[in-house]
Amino acid sequence: MSFINYSSREINCKIVYYGPGLCGKTTNLQYIYNKTNPEAKGKMISLATETERTLFFDFLPLSLGEIRGFRTRFHLYTVPGQVFYDASRKLILKGVDGVCFVGDSQVERMEANIESLDNLRTNLQEQGYDLDKLPYVVQYNKRDLPNAAPLSELEELLNPTKVQAFEAVAPKGVGVFDTLKAVAKLVLTELKKGG
Amino acid sequence: MGNQLVMYEEELQQINGICDGLHRDSNAKAVLVIDKNGQAIASAGEVDQLDVTSLSSLTAGNVAATGGIASLLKEKEFAGQFHEGEKTHVHISLVAQRVILLVLFDERSSLGLVRLRVRKAANELAAVLDALIKKMEAGSQPSVFAEITDADIDNLFND
Repeated sequence: MSFINYSSREINCKIVYYGPGLCGKTTNLQYIYNKTNPEAKGKMISLATETERTLFFDFLPLSLGEIRGFRTRFHLYTVPGQVFYDASRKLILKGVDGVCFVGDSQVERMEANIESLDNLRTNLQEQGYDLDKLPYVVQYNKRDLPNAAPLSELEELLNPTKVQAFEAVAPKGVGVFDTLKAVAKLVLTELKKGG
Repeated sequence: MGNQLVMYEEELQQINGICDGLHRDSNAKAVLVIDKNGQAIASAGEVDQLDVTSLSSLTAGNVAATGGIASLLKEKEFAGQFHEGEKTHVHISLVAQRVILLVLFDERSSLGLVRLRVRKAANELAAVLDALIKKMEAGSQPSVFAEITDADIDNLFND
């Protein structure tokens, strides 16, 4: 749910990174955090287990600049990818303005990808959202790994609706900002349509 | 589903007034009004040393998690939460199912006083939010997005 503040002249939006466990959602946010100017970002918060698995969410507030005198601020969230944290994932999707699905390119993670994508669609429906109507992009992460599936296969399995998709190597930053910019732009365009 | 919250100068002033009043009347350290999705709306008191953005997001996460527990237990909601620290205590309440009222207080106040004052402030806040939602639904205010062009959005993302 976007929050337009006419008093402080701010447009605030929420973007959620979704995907199976260990696909690189947190790594996306960490890279964005590390490469962003201090004045454009707030503190990154990770609610994680002792083994650095996301327990509830990661959170990164980011400022992307001004449009017509309004500051655009994006709150980036990740969900915990592990299957048994489904209740938490549902909570984090509340009020979402845009979604990025991070798929793991490794062949052996294909089933986990498909399961997570189905779970995303179901959980959105429960909140009254339709994935096909939301600002939504896909990222294929871990493209540098030798066991990465061909792009055509990923597209067929994980992107049946042919939304914008990006190849990424999140720890090196490949594709990270392209993905973020694409989803942020879709969110603003959608807000404009609604406004 | 109301998928957007819009805040105008007039209502924000009223909400700031309610925050100031609650801060004063409850002898609190700080008062924050936070949107249920984690955006800070207004604050009063000693907020300079606080990371308001992080606090807002975490509080909203906390309220969402507590709401999740409530629904598992077939409760409508847990209206309030209290966290007791060594020096600072936190009182959290959900107002009109829409915003969160967070009060930070220390030994200068007490839980009883905070609860009492929060109840009054919550009623006032609910009335302002009602008016705000009616205003949003009436669509009587010009939208910022009417002025923004696709080119403006493109320009934001040009390096």
